Amino acid sequence: MSEEKKKVDPRRTIDPAALEVYDKNQGEKESAYDRYVKMQPQCNFGRQGICCRICLQGPCRITKKADKGICGAHPYTIVARNLIRAITGGTSAHADHSRHMIYTLTEMFEGNAPDYSIEDNEKLYGVAERLGMSREGKSDDDLLKEVWKQAVEDFTSLTGDPCKWLETTVVPERMEKFNKCNVVPRSVHTSIAETMGQTHMGVDSDPVNLIFQGLRTALADYTAMHIATDISDILFGTPKPVTTEANMGVMEPEMVNIAVHGHNPLLSEMIVRVAKEMQDEAKEAGAKGIKCMGICCTGNEVLMRQGVPVLTNFLSQELPIMTGALDAMVVDVQCIMPGVQAVSECYNTRIITTMSHSKIPGAYHVEFTEEHAMEKAREVVRLAIEAYKERDPGKADIPDVKHKVTAGFSFEAMGELLEAVSPGAPIKAITDAVDSGQLRGVALFAGCNNLRVMHDESHSHIIKELAKNNVLIVATGCAAGTAAKLGLMNEDAVEKYAGDGLKDFINKLNDANSDKLDGNKLPLVFHMGSCVDNTRSYDLTNALAEQWGVDVPKVPFVATAPEAMSEKAVSIGSWCVTLGIPTHVGVVPEVTGSALVNGVAMQIAQDVYGGYFIWEEDPEAAVGKILNALDERSWKLKVHKQVAEKFETELSKTW
Amino acid sequence: MSEVISREWEESFEEIFEGAVDESNPPVKLFEKAYDGAVIATSYAEILLNQALRKYGPEQPVGYPETGYYLPVIRALSGEEVTKLSDLPPILNRMRDQIYEEPTFYNARLCGEATAYAAEMIEVLHYLEGDGFHVEPWTGFLGDPIVRRYGILLVDWTIPGQAVIVGKAKSTEDLAKLVQDLQAKGFMIFLCNEVIEQALEANLKMGVDFIAFPLGNFTQVIHAVNYALRAGVAFGGITPGNRQENRDYQRRRVRAFVLQLGEIDEVKVAAHFAAIFLGFPVITDQELDEDHQIPNWYVSNPNYEDILKVAMELRGIKLKITEIPVPITVGPAFEGEAIRKGDMHCEFGGTKTTAFELVESVGENELEDGKVEVTGPEIDDVEEGGRVPMGLVVKIFGRKMQKDFEGVLERRIHDFMNYGEGLWHMAQRDTIWVRISKDAKAKGFKFHHFGELLVAKLKDEFPSIVDRVQVDIITEEQKVEQELERAREFYNERDEKLRGMTDESVEEFYSCSLCQSFAPNHVCVVTPERLGLCGAVSWLDAKASNEIDPNGPNQPIKKEGLIDAEKGIWESVNEFVYLNTNRSIEESSMYSFMDRPMTSCGCFECIMAIVPEANGVMITTREYGGDTPCGMTFSTLAGTVGGGVQTPGFMGHGRAYVLSRKFISGDGGLARLIWIPSELKESLGEELKKRAEEDGLGADFIDKIADETVGTTADEILPFLEEKDHPAMKMDPLM
Repeated sequence: MSEEKKKVDPRRTIDPAALEVYDKNQGEKESAYDRYVKMQPQCNFGRQGICCRICLQGPCRITKKADKGICGAHPYTIVARNLIRAITGGTSAHADHSRHMIYTLTEMFEGNAPDYSIEDNEKLYGVAERLGMSREGKSDDDLLKEVWKQAVEDFTSLTGDPCKWLETTVVPERMEKFNKCNVVPRSVHTSIAETMGQTHMGVDSDPVNLIFQGLRTALADYTAMHIATDISDILFGTPKPVTTEANMGVMEPEMVNIAVHGHNPLLSEMIVRVAKEMQDEAKEAGAKGIKCMGICCTGNEVLMRQGVPVLTNFLSQELPIMTGALDAMVVDVQCIMPGVQAVSECYNTRIITTMSHSKIPGAYHVEFTEEHAMEKAREVVRLAIEAYKERDPGKADIPDVKHKVTAGFSFEAMGELLEAVSPGAPIKAITDAVDSGQLRGVALFAGCNNLRVMHDESHSHIIKELAKNNVLIVATGCAAGTAAKLGLMNEDAVEKYAGDGLKDFINKLNDANSDKLDGNKLPLVFHMGSCVDNTRSYDLTNALAEQWGVDVPKVPFVATAPEAMSEKAVSIGSWCVTLGIPTHVGVVPEVTGSALVNGVAMQIAQDVYGGYFIWEEDPEAAVGKILNALDERSWKLKVHKQVAEKFETELSKTW
Repeated sequence: MSEVISREWEESFEEIFEGAVDESNPPVKLFEKAYDGAVIATSYAEILLNQALRKYGPEQPVGYPETGYYLPVIRALSGEEVTKLSDLPPILNRMRDQIYEEPTFYNARLCGEATAYAAEMIEVLHYLEGDGFHVEPWTGFLGDPIVRRYGILLVDWTIPGQAVIVGKAKSTEDLAKLVQDLQAKGFMIFLCNEVIEQALEANLKMGVDFIAFPLGNFTQVIHAVNYALRAGVAFGGITPGNRQENRDYQRRRVRAFVLQLGEIDEVKVAAHFAAIFLGFPVITDQELDEDHQIPNWYVSNPNYEDILKVAMELRGIKLKITEIPVPITVGPAFEGEAIRKGDMHCEFGGTKTTAFELVESVGENELEDGKVEVTGPEIDDVEEGGRVPMGLVVKIFGRKMQKDFEGVLERRIHDFMNYGEGLWHMAQRDTIWVRISKDAKAKGFKFHHFGELLVAKLKDEFPSIVDRVQVDIITEEQKVEQELERAREFYNERDEKLRGMTDESVEEFYSCSLCQSFAPNHVCVVTPERLGLCGAVSWLDAKASNEIDPNGPNQPIKKEGLIDAEKGIWESVNEFVYLNTNRSIEESSMYSFMDRPMTSCGCFECIMAIVPEANGVMITTREYGGDTPCGMTFSTLAGTVGGGVQTPGFMGHGRAYVLSRKFISGDGGLARLIWIPSELKESLGEELKKRAEEDGLGADFIDKIADETVGTTADEILPFLEEKDHPAMKMDPLM
């Protein structure tokens, strides 16, 4: 075992800033990199998904000798139950986020959220229209109320009507498929509750039935996510191209450095706003001013809308504290390592939790309320200024690593860029490029970081290789974080890594959109938002399907989560597959203990839904498999088109 | 015809699996996969089924189009006549109940059977909202008319077996090579999943006309199974629901095998065991460990060069392949290929130029064996789209050749030419119309290759009557006209002779038991005035065939011991039929469909049925899929007529029988005919008029016969028959 431990080098990152900080720290303060090494070897039963802890007779783990649980549960039941509970965990997290957005609207209508208002009424009109609501004779507030009501309905309904956010954002063929397979969610909360009930000891043991319920929950996840993104855009504006910087070099020694971390824009938007107003207070404290920066998806939210620089992504979240230059880390929900508190104890950083359901012992807790949002934000910023005062300037050591980043590519912003080269049918710019062979397809990079693979390496390697092979790349979440940090989200990367087809495609967009980019140029990787915004990239897939006149399984679009980690990644991956997208995951999930569940995920899902999973941990091999998946679809689409022409029929519906 | 030797299986059905598995090292992983696959398939079917029940309700009718066999997998194996959704859950539950976890070969086969049922249910649910979900050339479910269309080719082993190809080949080129090899050998081919796109990309000839069916994806592979299972019930006379007999029939007579190309998953393995359950082996191009295979049943063969050879060996299919020195592929798969004007290099005849074909028997010294001579322009002298005159004179010498066989052999020119990929032939004698495609030209086809093709095929298929062949191809107009005069003398002479040939004028009839490989309880009796019900075997054909192979399927039956001249009953015929139908048919009449009618295998071109309300008979055809006045479609009728069962009032027959003077002469003859599909009416045309006049029914009799434009129920056509004063209305009651 000790040998096993020796084999693992804790320097498991390719981010030069992270490496620099890690090396300077010399193991003084423990971070995730060190804890990963200590944790080796990890439990193989858990890894395969064949450890059942659902009842108190357990844990039951499947071995050659004991090939069933004590209750008689087959490995496929145990694996399927664990899997769909993970999906439900992810869905619950997104639901939590989305519900918070809905609550905020509720408070707004009650007059209890004075700091929030409709920022983007065009987005509101778009969402309302998509939901089939008429604008006539209604004020914007009335219209928003109607949207809010539907959102509440989609969250809570017990009737058989499908979630509207799902129904109105997917091609009809998808809904027909979901109906036939009985995976249409009644509502977000119902699906979550159903799954928890269905996976209780002694309820469902049919693996296919369990998986289908998991997929229903995943579609509920999609619904919740889409609602969250839509409301965020309405309240804070739909992202447009914006240029800033990324990686730890964005901290400035003489500024009050505040990192916002987590997932929700409700507080972080307020912090960014009040920070602008409170520059004088900072100056009074001896600083040059206040600088906000982001970690994880709260970071992505304020990057996309406000151009706030990216500090780092998930896995290296503890390291900025070790520079001694970070005054406060304000966190809300999800993906916040409890480890940040222990690290902060050696430095001057204030860890400030803000949400009633997300606290860390030892950390500052400033409870956020919609009613006093700005006030709470000020309180937080003041804590940071206080910290700055106590900072030992001699100890601050900021790595000189940062890259230019152009982000802000919401689906709407992508549409505007494409409109400039293909007026009236913006998406045709992409479909034409794929049809002509200029582009090999479109790939979404999503997901987290995971120490089971080298931090940032899988992301960056696959991005570079796909770009070289002329794949148009969009990204969200911590995958986008990697691209930003490592200089893949700017025009230089286009020159350096894009294949000729992709280069020409991007340059054509550059030429047609020079007026919109403030003198900047388009990046190699198009940042579509935080991880909750993955529905933006599905909107793009769906638009491609509509443009081609096909169902999603025929679209050369692939999703990849090379460093997936969280339960949210499991639920997102599951809805990607259900919606018809081949989905690569760079970390084999906990399903290999059942050949049945694994076979359904990797192969049979394609027969039923069109999407399927590709597990591949080796980034080089993953590139090949992703390109294969794209080529297979382009090839089939081409053959089907030729056949339809020859036989004078409609396009075949098979995939 | 290819010589086929089938492996005989003496053991009772389950015994064929005995000893297949090495008990010391059984392929447990494979069996576990089959179990997993069956769990997935049946659970998925259950979800779809109950969702359909929620949406449509229990009374919702469910079924495939154009079949009289309900859901054929279920109908054949357990007999249920599924017509509505609520019929399905108990059947599915029974199948779920036979999925056992213990990984044994036997249990894996049961899992396979359950998977076949699940797939049948999953597929039929697609048809709840119409069958518009697939487009050409994808076929989905194949209707009964297609099953019957290839009946005769299947039973005479012209089609030596069925290849079910699933998955995706290593490359499009590999797939193309494999399919072309199968087509050249005459196999019936079912394709499922990406091999279809590969075949389409390679521009392979596919579709119903090429006996290559691109079924669809995933569970649509079940359409190969429900096709095969219908054969047993339709031709084999096996009681629907007799599971063992149906499996035995499949194993012995339907020589199918599965080629699994590319990745294998759990559901595929379960489906493979469905094939094995029916007695069909599975061969895959995937590398499998020894303990993941079952010798003779589940075999890994990654090498495409011999994968087909291995499959054929496993199935006991041996072919004698004749090398034909032409640059195109030759096989029955291309028989239905049409060559459109745009794809044509040149054409002959078709009223645009003078063209004819003639087979003449000559003396030993009047020909040079194997010689092919083209007089006049060759293909290279003809511009694209050109029209060329043609005289095709085939000279045959054979020690057993008879003048009577000239016409028999001449009509086979049509088949042989159409077997050539890129060749198209229509009609006969001096009305022929022949096209050569641009593709064939590009491959190097020359006019003289027509000759090479005919020399090879005639010698191959008629070895005992054809000793020497010479083919003269004339493309010079003047010479063609000249030779045509001579050919017409032959035609006239033959016609004279045929006109004089009646059932009374011959000493013997011929039996035809060609279909007994498929329909063991049926035998046809072919007389000069009643050709075989498949339309493919006339009395002269049978006579020639007997000459070729005296112990073959066509045996002479001496006309002895006349019992009933009107109905056509002879003692000797009865005895022959009794002995040759496994002693199931005691008596049969040649000229009556009401009284002890002749039985059918299942290959019939037409079915006649009594319409009591009109006191007459209606006929429907394989080509006509619609409703008829007897209340049944061709498919439904076929289910009651086939398989060697005597069903008074219903009978299968050939199209040309309608023109016979012996057409149900025991029941009142042609005057009884009250309804036929308009397509048949048109194709019989003038000849039917002539026959009616001969019988004193008047030239306008044809206008008194109703068709689907008049109506498709007895009620709809009765006023028409009355108005037209149809003779049947006044005849003696049929019943």
